[in-house]
Amino acid sequence: MSAPASDHGHQHGHEPTSFAFTQENLELAKRIIAKYPEGKQASACMPLLDVAQRQNGGWLPRVAMDAVADLLGMPRIRVYEVATFYTMYNKNPVGKHHIQVCTTTPCWLRGSDDIVHACKNKLGIGLGETTADGQFTLGEVECSGACVNAPVVQIGDDYYEDVAPEHIDGIVEALKRGETPKPGSQIGRRSSEPVGGPTTLAAFTTTQADD
Amino acid sequence: MLRDEDRIFTNLYGFQDFGLDAARKRGDWDNTAAILQNGREWIIEQVKESGLRGRGGAGFSTGMKWSFMPKNVVDKPVYLVINADEGEPGTCKDRDILRHDPHKLIEGCLIAGFAIGASACYIYIRGEFYNEGSNVQRAIDEAYAAGLIGKNACGTGYSYDVYIHRGAGAYICGEETALIESIEGKKGQPRNKPPFPAQAGLYSCPTTVNNVESIAVVPTILRRGAGWFAGIGRPKNTGTKLFCISGHVNKPCNVEEEMGIPLKELIERHAGGVRGGWDNLLAVIPGGSSVPLMPKETCDTVLMDFDSLRDVRSGLGTAAVIVMDKSTDVVKAIARLSSFYAHESCGQCTPCREGTGWMSRIMQRMVTGNARVEEIDLLLQVTKQIEGHTICALGDAAAWPIQGLFRHFRPEVERRIQAYRNAAPLAAE
Repeated sequence: MSAPASDHGHQHGHEPTSFAFTQENLELAKRIIAKYPEGKQASACMPLLDVAQRQNGGWLPRVAMDAVADLLGMPRIRVYEVATFYTMYNKNPVGKHHIQVCTTTPCWLRGSDDIVHACKNKLGIGLGETTADGQFTLGEVECSGACVNAPVVQIGDDYYEDVAPEHIDGIVEALKRGETPKPGSQIGRRSSEPVGGPTTLAAFTTTQADD
Repeated sequence: MLRDEDRIFTNLYGFQDFGLDAARKRGDWDNTAAILQNGREWIIEQVKESGLRGRGGAGFSTGMKWSFMPKNVVDKPVYLVINADEGEPGTCKDRDILRHDPHKLIEGCLIAGFAIGASACYIYIRGEFYNEGSNVQRAIDEAYAAGLIGKNACGTGYSYDVYIHRGAGAYICGEETALIESIEGKKGQPRNKPPFPAQAGLYSCPTTVNNVESIAVVPTILRRGAGWFAGIGRPKNTGTKLFCISGHVNKPCNVEEEMGIPLKELIERHAGGVRGGWDNLLAVIPGGSSVPLMPKETCDTVLMDFDSLRDVRSGLGTAAVIVMDKSTDVVKAIARLSSFYAHESCGQCTPCREGTGWMSRIMQRMVTGNARVEEIDLLLQVTKQIEGHTICALGDAAAWPIQGLFRHFRPEVERRIQAYRNAAPLAAE
């Protein structure tokens, strides 16, 4: 059985030969395992793959999957199955900033094609590609679940919403400067309220504190 | 229109803090012990009487579902699992509960868990909702620190733990048995039923899986009375509902409204109307991507509830209203959904694994008209062969949007096929 990460021959150069959880993450792993009943530690497989991915700069080499399997006493193949089933586990290296544009119908109706186009232009790469300096990876994802704030772009753990093509330049430039652009609506509305303010809940929305 | 005093999600938009102090001021955790002291049977009866139907899409009676749980289980644990794997295209209501009103959900988890005799609850949150999940975890930590959950929850002697489990990007995990598999640390592939989760769910123990919104409304229903909730909406379609209005409206938004509100009123009052005016409307998908679209003439009068939408051969689903104006390439809009389902099929059942990809490829050709007219009937026949022939409803969900498209827009596809042939008569032969 060939391991999943070696299916991508061109990525061989990136595959590290070993992976070990940091002491801090081993402590975190213990706390995660304790959330599940005795003997059901396989339940910690998904959260531990996430911990491993974060420790490893955003992607999961096979040796990291092995480390999770060994820690949980699971057959390695079971961990490979999980790691290859879920889209958030990256089996290949990704850039420091992983830009994921939602293009499912609700975002498409609000112009996600133009967002993809603007990202490609700004970064000079196509979907699924990483910039030569390793800073940015561009991807397309299925429904992000923020449809009333479409189009939506996820960057790392944050959602950028109500995005227009002209926002992309500023967001990317800010990331290049090492800043975190303000997540959420890019046109200044509060979460999922209608533009211009809520049509309901007058007593609960009148004192507009700033974010 | 629903009155503000009858709205449950008063912090829907996050104008206020999501933490415990602010949540208490909004009425959450107000003498929860007194609710629990009424006993399990009373809680289940009240929820049944309220008419609450599951808010995750299927619309099954929540109280009835709880009553299916075995009584007096002594040899193994019982679990409540919350489905917060919100990913049905168009749907983004649970996200607002998770990030802005997590205490409503956690209090609901305690009450529902008590009602079914559970010892613990896992809240399964889609992995992309990283910040939302962090808010829920902070609220859980606050609830433990305040003695509201954990050992001797709310001082009642009942012990109850609440944990979050994050997903990692798989639409199929919104199916309840796939979700259970995922918590167990496996690929999210649905299980054959029976056994149903009430008999053998998480770790083969009795389990109830409920949607976030279904559980988050329970504390308010029990405080204000089943009759209050049942008095809102229409018979068998009661209560308030979170609607998500996306697509070609002037002001896309989430809003809590009365079940059964006319679709036109919902769009015009809260979402600023259809872009270019009501007469510029082409079609609406009223309940998330899995339900068939409705042409404008249906939208003119239809009411937004389970039975009204079923009567027009669509569905309330998750109450995610996707609006398409006359500028929309409706064939492409549905073809994009077909590629979504092809991407999200878990691969377990052959009709779905092979069929969703096949349908997606044919739909791509229908967009340009590069097809033969007979292929429309072939495509519809294949949708019927997938529908009902798979372990879970993803196959059905992939079939219905295509069936809806051809029910209402078949002449448009035929026109494209003819136009394609006219433009390239030799290539088409």
